[in-house]
Amino acid sequence: MKEILIIVLSAVLVENFVLTKFLGICPFIGVSKRLNTAIGMGGAVIFVLTLSSAITKLVYDLLLEPYGLEYLNTIAFILIIASLVQFVEAVLKKVFPPLYKALGIYLPLITTNCAVLGAALMGIERGYNLGVTVLFGFGAGLGFTLALVLFAGIREKLEENDIPESLKGFSISLIAAALVSLAFFGFQGLF
Amino acid sequence: MSGKNTSIKNIFTNGLIKENPVFKLVLGTCPTLAVTTSAKNGIGMGLTATAVLILSNAAISLTRKLIPDKIRIPAYITIIAGIVTLVQFVLQAYFPEIDKALGIFIPLIVVNCIILARAEAFAGKNGVIASMADGLGMGLGFSLALLIIGSIRELLGNGTWFDYEITANIFPPASIMVLAPGGFLTFGIIIGIINKISASRIENKGCSACPMPCDLASGEREVQG
Repeated sequence: MKEILIIVLSAVLVENFVLTKFLGICPFIGVSKRLNTAIGMGGAVIFVLTLSSAITKLVYDLLLEPYGLEYLNTIAFILIIASLVQFVEAVLKKVFPPLYKALGIYLPLITTNCAVLGAALMGIERGYNLGVTVLFGFGAGLGFTLALVLFAGIREKLEENDIPESLKGFSISLIAAALVSLAFFGFQGLF
Repeated sequence: MSGKNTSIKNIFTNGLIKENPVFKLVLGTCPTLAVTTSAKNGIGMGLTATAVLILSNAAISLTRKLIPDKIRIPAYITIIAGIVTLVQFVLQAYFPEIDKALGIFIPLIVVNCIILARAEAFAGKNGVIASMADGLGMGLGFSLALLIIGSIRELLGNGTWFDYEITANIFPPASIMVLAPGGFLTFGIIIGIINKISASRIENKGCSACPMPCDLASGEREVQG
């Protein structure tokens, strides 16, 4: 139990994908304008990241490694992720319409989110086993959501502030992200 | 003949300055921030992405009449993933140092918005030579941006430039600049400066700048509406 907690917490706080690893910056800046869209996007990313970590790990262990095809992992993983996203979308639409309604429009945006491919590649690189890979994927998604939701709150506030004209918009968002990222450095010595 | 030459030249300079992928179109933010801890890593990433862009633009332009419109995005992604894998082999064989420094961000070129955006916006509609010129211009524009950000961060954070000591003896380097917050800060301030000197404000279009999600998402919205 303690180990599980450590894996998830270190993926969420110490190795936060967005703020310390620079993975998934596009959606981080693009979808964090409003709090509710941030939560929707975060939920979709957690869902897909957890699933894709498990499937890419299984494909790597059962298909790529036994036949010496490790070098094909980039191609294999991106195809798995792209088709998984389509599949999840279709299944949700049919089986859980309310969940589809909440996450639906965010799902297609996930294929090119580099956090998803990044988590799959990192899990392989670090030699995690299946259980740890899934937990790592879940933690990475949770960390992405945490960063997105925190940042959406800050941005909603930023809009009411008086900012120099040339810094408005994307520029001030990045500078604010620098401060949030600095705060996350405090977690560095946690484990 | 000269008319054709100037148009190729225009395509090339367009990507380099007028539509610089990083500073003007705000694409490929992840690698822009992640690998620019030094000027050398920045230019290494830039040139690797340039090679991928030229090859993928050429391949997509050559096959544009063969690929059915409906499945073009998955086809593009497969082509790009194949080319990235090839380029990674070359790096591992001849430039193992760069491969090691850039690590996971080499395979992640596959999901770099710039590559897919150029495939969709240019290579899928134009001839091979023009597409390669576009790839070269966009790639060098990306490299230039990464070199600028990498230089600033290396100089302030490490006191060096391309590993040569410059200001390390004059004032103590602020190592925060080569860490994650320094990346956000440098990029944010550069965008602010560009806003100040150019008339139009740069806006991150976020995910909508990526052609694939945009296509799919808008299709989805039409169905719902």
